[in-house]
Amino acid sequence: MAKIQLNGKKVVINSKYSILDLLKKYNLANKKIAVEHNGVIVPKVMFKKRYLKNNDRLEIVQFIGGG
Amino acid sequence: MEVNLKKDIFKVAGKSLKSRLIVGTGKYKSLLETAKAVKASGASMITVAVRRVNILDKKKPLLSDYIDPKKTIFLPNTAGCFTSEEALRTLRLAREMGGWKLVKLEVLGDKKTLYPNMLETIKSTKILVKEGFKVMVYCTDDPLLAKKLEDNGASAIMPLASPIGSGLGLQNKVNISLIIKQSRVPVIVDAGIGTASDATIAMELGCDGVLINSAIAQANKPILMAKAFRDAVISGRNSYLAGRMEKNYFATASSPSEGLI
Repeated sequence: MAKIQLNGKKVVINSKYSILDLLKKYNLANKKIAVEHNGVIVPKVMFKKRYLKNNDRLEIVQFIGGG
Repeated sequence: MEVNLKKDIFKVAGKSLKSRLIVGTGKYKSLLETAKAVKASGASMITVAVRRVNILDKKKPLLSDYIDPKKTIFLPNTAGCFTSEEALRTLRLAREMGGWKLVKLEVLGDKKTLYPNMLETIKSTKILVKEGFKVMVYCTDDPLLAKKLEDNGASAIMPLASPIGSGLGLQNKVNISLIIKQSRVPVIVDAGIGTASDATIAMELGCDGVLINSAIAQANKPILMAKAFRDAVISGRNSYLAGRMEKNYFATASSPSEGLI
């Protein structure tokens, strides 16, 4: 188990979870989103290989309505 | 007229847009209403904000489920950013989301007026241009600062008509006209437009386009208002191209005096 900060909320995930695994869990794998891992943007091609560990901070953003 | 219109192409950062009306997508009752209003407005470019995904509601629909980014150009904005760092972070994420390089920069300086912080705005413009972004910049209606943005590589100058969401319309026609006259990049009036006739006035001055959000989203009938803006922008543009008559202090009869009985 690993505790991470996901979009400002504490979330517990399995250890050996990749960013792609997490996106799948939240039905976001094929959506128009971007990911920031500990303050650094992660390119899409890295989602599969980048594993999450305890105390990681993850931000997942999308486009919403705005002026 | 038709021939004229076809030649009159609106180009921003090398992209040709079918409409001179750009619409924002905030403040609507639902995503369905947003999509209907965008369609009625005829806009081919919409502004969008970058925000956290709601991880507690996995089934919440996304804007891109209702408006296809392949058919309508998404212009990511930095609404809500008060520093250069926040704005840069937001736009870098937006670029990662789908390769968007054409963005709208706004760095705000004051919560009550949402007036732009031009020092941070100029600083951010420089950095973004260096990173390869095409930056459309929300700004004050100060001609000197507008020039400064253009000199620093802005793709479009977007002066406010009046404060964001105020509906007060075009408050300083003189400054907007000065900016239009001096600019070699498109000038798009952004923020503060209240109703369709305000957009016509902006277009008659010679603006290249207008950006409207609240005036449509907060109308009693947003979809009808979207249509009103579509026509208002076309009318204003045609009026500008036609060239208005001269103003006179005294009357000039419209009917000939020759043959008067």
